[in-house]
Amino acid sequence: MSEDILYSIQNLDVEYRTRSGPVKAVDHVSLDIRRGEILGLVGESGCGKSTLGKALMRLQSGPARITGGVLQFDGHDLMTYSDRQMQHVRGAEIGMVFQDPMTSLNPVQRILDHLTETIQTHEPTVSKAAARSRAEELVERLGIRRERLNEYPHQLSGGMRQRVMISLALALRAKLIIADEPTTSLDVIVEAKFLDLLKELQKEFGLTILLITHNIGVVAEAADRVAVMYAAKMAEVGDVREVFAAPKHPYTQGLLKSVPDITLNGAELYKMKGAPPNLLHPLTGCRFHPRCPHVMDICRESEPAFEPVEGDHLASCWLYQEHAHG
Amino acid sequence: MAENNELVRVENLYKHFPVQSGFLASLLHRGEVPAVKAVDGVSFSIQKGDVFGLAGESGSGKSTIGRLVLRLLEPTSGRVLFDGTDLGGLTAEEMRRLRARMQVIFQDPLASLNPRMTIGEAIGHPAQIHLTDQAAERRQLVLDILDKVGLNPPQQYYDKYPHQVSGGQRQRVAIARALVTVPELIVADEPIAMADVSVRALLLDLMMQLKQEFDLTYLFITHDLATAKYICNRIGILYLGRMCEIGPLTDVYEHPAHPYTLALLRAVPVPDPLHRRSTPMPAGEIPSAIHPPSGCRFHPRCPIARPNCAVEEPQPREIRPGHFSACHYAEDLLK
Repeated sequence: MSEDILYSIQNLDVEYRTRSGPVKAVDHVSLDIRRGEILGLVGESGCGKSTLGKALMRLQSGPARITGGVLQFDGHDLMTYSDRQMQHVRGAEIGMVFQDPMTSLNPVQRILDHLTETIQTHEPTVSKAAARSRAEELVERLGIRRERLNEYPHQLSGGMRQRVMISLALALRAKLIIADEPTTSLDVIVEAKFLDLLKELQKEFGLTILLITHNIGVVAEAADRVAVMYAAKMAEVGDVREVFAAPKHPYTQGLLKSVPDITLNGAELYKMKGAPPNLLHPLTGCRFHPRCPHVMDICRESEPAFEPVEGDHLASCWLYQEHAHG
Repeated sequence: MAENNELVRVENLYKHFPVQSGFLASLLHRGEVPAVKAVDGVSFSIQKGDVFGLAGESGSGKSTIGRLVLRLLEPTSGRVLFDGTDLGGLTAEEMRRLRARMQVIFQDPLASLNPRMTIGEAIGHPAQIHLTDQAAERRQLVLDILDKVGLNPPQQYYDKYPHQVSGGQRQRVAIARALVTVPELIVADEPIAMADVSVRALLLDLMMQLKQEFDLTYLFITHDLATAKYICNRIGILYLGRMCEIGPLTDVYEHPAHPYTLALLRAVPVPDPLHRRSTPMPAGEIPSAIHPPSGCRFHPRCPIARPNCAVEEPQPREIRPGHFSACHYAEDLLK
C-alpha cells in the first residue's frame, strides 16, 4: 500500500524563533507525496508552504527549526540522518528549483561547470568528459542549445535559467524535485512552456514533483493532486479534479471562487472577508473560523482533525466531522 | 465629437534609455549611443470613465508609459495630452498644480509609503500640498477618505504606521492617498500583484466602487490578462515598446487580431484542471529592447510570419470598429 508513496510527512512542526516569541510556521502537517505525481502545494503568503518545502530537505536556516514529526523518504527516516547524509540527499535524491534561479546559480561559473561539478561531486567516478556529455544531452533535451553551456547565468533568459535548475536535478537523477514558485518570475508564455516541459519530464523520467505555488491556475494546469495550506495547517488534500470540482474546505471553496478565470464571461469574483491570521497569536479552534461563512460554535472551540472526507480526499473541517462528534 | 470626452491622449511617444557603458566603449562607438527602446512610437487615447488596460510581458514598456503619462519621466519624443493640455508645454509650477488631477498607485505599498510617516500623515501630505494648510481640516479629509477605502473606524488607522497593518490594508492606504486630492485619472501600476489571492478581489471591487463614486478614469497597467478581463473596458497589448493591438476588451479577447495577443491570451493559466491549452506557444522569449528585430518585432517568434514581416513594419489598422491591430495578416486570424 505504501509502495507508491515516495515521501511520507507525518505531524511535522517547524518553528521560527522571533523576538516576539516562537511562531509555528508549519503546525502538525501530514502529507504523502506519491511516486510519479506532480503534487501542487498552494496557499497564500505566510501560510507555511515554502517553510514546509525547505523542511522536506531539512534545510532550516537561521531561526527556523523542525521541532517534531516524521520525515519518511523512500523508506528512510530523514530525521535520523546526519548533516553529511543530508548533503547527499539534497541534490542526489531531492532536487530543488527556486523562484529566482539567479540566486541559486553561481554568477561567475559557466553553466557547464555547474552541471559537471554537480555530477562529479555526487558521482566521483564519472570522468569530466562523461559528465560533459551527460550535461550536453540533458540541456538539449530541455531545449537549450549545447553551445550555451559555455555561457554564464546572466547571459541566459529567465526561462532558460529555470530549465538549467531542472537540468541540475535531472543530472543526478533525483527522485523528487521540489519546485518553489518556479514560474513566478517568468512571463506568462514562458511559464506555459515551462509547465508543459515539467509534465513531459514527469512522464519521460517518472519524476515526482512537489510544485509549491500561490497560483491556482498553475496547479490546475500542471498538478495531479493538490494540497491546500492555510495558516500553517493543512486544510485540504485531494485529486486536483475532485478538489476543483467539489472543494470541501470553505477556505478552498472561497479561494477557488476568488481566482479570475479568463475563460468566463460576466462572472464576478468572490470576495472573501478578512485576511489570514497572525501566527504569533494562533486562534483557538479552526484557524479559518473568523472568515468562514459556515462557522459553527464548535469551530471556535476546538480544532478539527485532518481526516478523509471521501476516499482519498482529506480536509480539516467540522462540517464533515459532525457524525463523530454528534 | 468624441474628442471632448478624451482625458488622456498619447501621441507617437518614445522613451529611449541610453545604456551606461564604459569610457572605452564610448570611444569605440563614437556617435551612436546604444539605448533601450522602452517605448518606441506608441499612440492611444483614454476616454473619461474608461478603465484602460495596458498589458504586456516584462520589458514591454507598460510601466514606462504609465510614468510618461504622469510626466514622472520626460519622453524622448512625442506628446502626452491631459484633458487637452500638452504636458510638455507646462512649467514646473503648472505641472505641480495639474498633479492634483492625476495620481498613481504602485504595486508595492510597503515601498511607496514612507515607513516613518503615519498613515494619517501619508494621506495628509498630498492634501497639504494641493488642498489646505489647515491641520484640522486636513485631518477630517483624511478620516473621510480612510472611511471611503474601507479602513474602519478611521481613527484607529490614522496614527498607525504602514508596517502595523496588513498588506491589503496598506494598499488601501495607497489608494486613499491617491484619492485625497480628488483626481480624475489614476494610473494603477499592477495595484493588486503583491496582494494575496483572497484579498485581490476585495481590492478590485473597492477600485471599481471608488471609480463610480469619484467619477474616476483608470490607466490599469497589468501583466495579468485574466484580472484585466474583470475590470477593463478597453485594452492595449504591448510588445517590445510597440502597441500590437488595441480595442474594446471584449472584442480583443473574443477576436484577437494579433498573433501575440492570441498567444498571451492562451498562455494564461486557467483555474480548471479539465481545461487544455489548444494554441501552441511561440518559440523563444522576448528579445532585447536594445536591438529589437527588424520589421514586425514579433516576427521571429510568430507562427504566421511571412517573409515581408521581417522587412516591413506593420502600422496599426482598424480591423473591426474601434479595434486596431499592427499585424500584416490580422485578417487571417479573424477567419
